[in-house]
Amino acid sequence: MPDVVVIGAGIVGAACAHYAAEAGLTVTVVDRGPVASGTTGAGEGNILVSDKEPGPELDLALLSATLWRELTDPAGPCALAAEYEPKGGLVVASSAGTMSVLADFASCQAKSGVEHSVAADPREIEPDLTPKLAGGVFYPQDAQVQPMLATAALLARATRRGAARLATGTEVTGLLRAGDRVAGVRTERGDIHAGAVVNAAGTWGGEIAAMAGTELPVAPRRGFILVTEPLVTPRIRHKVYTAAYITDVSDDSAALATSAVVESTMAGTVLIGASRERVGFDRTPSVPALRTLAAQAVALFPGLADRHVIRTYCGFRPYTPDHLPVIGEDPHTPGLFHACGHEGAGVGLAPATGHLVARLLTGGAVPFDLTPFRPGRFA
Amino acid sequence: MDEQAPDYDLAVIGGGPAGLAGAAAAAREGLSVVLLDAGPRLGGQFYRHRPGEEPARLKALRRGLASGVEVLLEHRVWSVERRPPGFAVHCLAGTRDERPVAVGARALLIATGAHDLALPFPGWDLPGVMTAGGAQALLKGGVLAGRRIVVAGTGPFLLPVAASLARAGARVAGVFEAGPLRAPALALLRRPGRLAEAAEYGRSLLEHRIPYRGRRAVIAARGGDRLTHVTVARVDAAWRPAGGFVEIECDALAVGYGFVPQLELAVQLGCRLGPGPAVAVDAGRRTSVPGVYAAGETTGVGGADLAEVEGRVAGRAAAADLGRGPRPDPGLSRLADRLTAFARSLRDAYPVRDGWRAWLAGDTLVCRCEEVPYSRVREALALGATDARSVKLLARPGMGWCQGRMCGYAVACLSGEDPALVTPSRPVAQPIRLGALASGDAERP
Amino acid sequence: MTAEFEIAFDGTPVPAASGQTIGAALHAAGIVSWRTTRYAGRPRGLFCGIGACFDCLVTVNGRPSLRACLTEARAGDDVTSGPDVIRAEGSPDG
Ligand SMILES: Cc1cc2nc3c(=O)[nH]c(=O)nc-3n(C[C@H](O)[C@H](O)[C@H](O)COP(=O)(O)OP(=O)(O)OC[C@H]3O[C@@H](n4cnc5c(N)ncnc54)[C@H](O)[C@@H]3O)c2cc1C
Ligand SMILES: Cc1cc2nc3c(=O)[nH]c(=O)nc-3n(C[C@H](O)[C@H](O)[C@H](O)COP(=O)(O)OP(=O)(O)OC[C@H]3O[C@@H](n4cnc5c(N)ncnc54)[C@H](O)[C@@H]3O)c2cc1C
Ligand code: FES
Repeated sequence: MPDVVVIGAGIVGAACAHYAAEAGLTVTVVDRGPVASGTTGAGEGNILVSDKEPGPELDLALLSATLWRELTDPAGPCALAAEYEPKGGLVVASSAGTMSVLADFASCQAKSGVEHSVAADPREIEPDLTPKLAGGVFYPQDAQVQPMLATAALLARATRRGAARLATGTEVTGLLRAGDRVAGVRTERGDIHAGAVVNAAGTWGGEIAAMAGTELPVAPRRGFILVTEPLVTPRIRHKVYTAAYITDVSDDSAALATSAVVESTMAGTVLIGASRERVGFDRTPSVPALRTLAAQAVALFPGLADRHVIRTYCGFRPYTPDHLPVIGEDPHTPGLFHACGHEGAGVGLAPATGHLVARLLTGGAVPFDLTPFRPGRFA
Repeated sequence: MDEQAPDYDLAVIGGGPAGLAGAAAAAREGLSVVLLDAGPRLGGQFYRHRPGEEPARLKALRRGLASGVEVLLEHRVWSVERRPPGFAVHCLAGTRDERPVAVGARALLIATGAHDLALPFPGWDLPGVMTAGGAQALLKGGVLAGRRIVVAGTGPFLLPVAASLARAGARVAGVFEAGPLRAPALALLRRPGRLAEAAEYGRSLLEHRIPYRGRRAVIAARGGDRLTHVTVARVDAAWRPAGGFVEIECDALAVGYGFVPQLELAVQLGCRLGPGPAVAVDAGRRTSVPGVYAAGETTGVGGADLAEVEGRVAGRAAAADLGRGPRPDPGLSRLADRLTAFARSLRDAYPVRDGWRAWLAGDTLVCRCEEVPYSRVREALALGATDARSVKLLARPGMGWCQGRMCGYAVACLSGEDPALVTPSRPVAQPIRLGALASGDAERP
Repeated sequence: MTAEFEIAFDGTPVPAASGQTIGAALHAAGIVSWRTTRYAGRPRGLFCGIGACFDCLVTVNGRPSLRACLTEARAGDDVTSGPDVIRAEGSPDG
């Protein structure tokens, strides 16, 4: 019998399993699909501090940025091979007005520990950008990882050390109880008993919470990504996005919002993401969403106009009404811990989430106040 | 959404035998029809030809378009979507400059045909190795794939390929059928009309002294920067190499294991698939999405004659559904049934067997575009990938330019999935330049 | 087929006929590969012949990433190896 069952083999479940294993617990990770088959396999791998305003999410993001560096450090104990690139982010403004808002935003973030430098001419940092920009801010702590590889590598490390077991193709259909406490999970393939259960079911986290009678309003927020042909020019060295992205992320409306984030990958393709709209789990391709992303990318990098989009895909971010993830013990069911609802930042926030969940599981001290993330806040 | 009246009653996508016949049949019943094709001339794969050398049957089919079919050539469809009360067809017009154009229609007929089914083997990416259909297409454009050519794979299509290459002056060093040899004759015999055709190919092979061997497969292609030899082996019933290795000198290999229907547009619209890799249709070639019809290879590989008949059925059904009420034609449905049964028996006679996996070495490329070797696919499986999608996410096969068209079958098999059940999801059916995507569609051409 | 005009491939004249694709013209001239892959630098030419495999990409008159098997030759076309992807470092997944 494992100490913990983690529901979900996405990036968040993998990070929870990893840190729980490091803390000496034995873990079984269950997923109804293969590894990274949920939103983790349908998003991007930006690890951003730049887009977060001072507050609890930024604290989480800063901790995560440090942990990602540790996890992927080739000389470190984990040395995860996950295409980690500490490339930095460049946020650009098209008008002087936006630029001054952006600069103010950056100086606020600085008080929380976000490093930045103001770039009067963003083309000194990113030469193929359009000349029609009023300025930009460079954030050296922003980084990138390949989320599917990262997930698989975290899980592989924990299983290789004998601390974890991975059960793919196993759907959780209910929770086991011993009195008030959770005592494991019921799956299609039989019961798995455990002293604690972690709900890392991402966009489907609300369904798991409901099994414990807890309401977690996690809803899908669709995002489309454009993928270009592999290319050399224009060269895109950092992750580049417009200041409008920050307002889109925190926007509550269900309607389509897009603000292109442009970045290259080690495979040579450029990813252009991402739209945001709440339309349920509808995968029907949306030409207007694709068109807007393309227009925004070409506006940033005119040299992209000649390059092909060879693929698009969409994913469903685990959205919560206050845009904060849910991290903490269930209000009614001791032993059930929620770690879901990371919306568009789950990859970035995964290590910190895993680290905190491991502390909660082992009764250790947590580095900061988790009240804003508590599962009971929607009641 | 803006509800404007669609430009046409019916948009037919694909100008091969299925699309041509479908457009003509619908127009005959009074529908306004637009026929779109990516190529510069009508005809599809079967009637591919050089300018001025139009095959007689194609000429006849094209005459059927005179009654009110607008033909838009060099229009590549990259996306189709519902636009009530019909559909929007997003095209790229032109082959080099690619203007985005949208066409609206009340109903759609998807007749986009197929491409060859390729299987990986060591050296299959050497220049000089081509698909059987590719060699045939090149020849219909007036160019021989090589001087000394080996033809290999499975299925009855290998025979016309070998015969036409030989007739055009190539030395065909052999035709190697991975299945047993008896099959083609038997299957062809079920349809007497084909007997003559089969005999003609047989005569051709004899006349050109082309060896035709069963239970033989090309398991490797060799050469430095171009093909110089292939290794042919005897294979067992599962297609595993079973000795009898011979090296054959050649400068071209035409290899095909059947065809893969091009389903991306149907998938974009949410049409149900199956059985097998094909759009599911009823007797009127209606898909599961009202207003969308499919014909030809997209509904299951069956050859040009069947494609034409299916197109006709679909065009008439579309007209009937739009209230034109064509007279019933029981003869047509009987013909369709007969040809379908024949096509199915042919497909059943040439299944792809699993033993091709034994041709692979660790460094054999599975994905040509992303250069993913077999060893990396195995690593992904060891990391917890259990299906084609997760193998792709971890190791990148199918992530490149062709979007898995060439490796999809193999990757599905190697991931433990039935390739017939993997839905080819390609929301961008044809690559589109960002500038063209950004600029938006011009309304009518 | 009688040559009707010439195109240039990386500066070398190649005969072509109207209605013939650039890929067919190159292949007929004995040029069976015209680009290299981005990791191992392997040569690529025609494979599927009908626009499905994207092996045959070329740059024509500066227009990158066109399929040679689909693009019909025009007199004076300046065809260069393409696409202009330089060799990526390391293995495909970095
Ligand atoms: C277009 C797009 C772009 C994005 N870009 C970024 C980015 O740049 N940076 C970033 O940080 N984030 C990004 N995100 C968000 C990020 O992808 C998600 O926040 C993150 O992947 C969530 O991870 P997860 O592990 O919580 O969920 P998931 O990866 O969805 O994992 C949950 C798993 O739970 C499993 N599951 C669910 N229910 C059950 C059950 N009953 N039984 C068994 N298993 C179950 C699912 O199968 C799934 O595998 C993006 C998202 C999208 C859609
Ligand atoms: C390369 C190749 C060569 C073949 N050669 C022969 C042969 O010599 N003899 C034989 O008996 N059979 C041959 N076949 C089999 C052939 O598929 C059928 O015999 C027959 O042509 C099928 O007719 P169809 O109308 O279903 O499709 P096709 O004839 O394939 O016609 C489909 C048409 O759709 C167009 N199209 C596809 N996608 C799009 C899009 N997104 N936008 C716009 N247009 C699109 C294509 O340009 C094509 O013209 C060949 C198949 C292939 C793949
Ligand atoms: S040869 Fe396959 S796309 Fe041109």
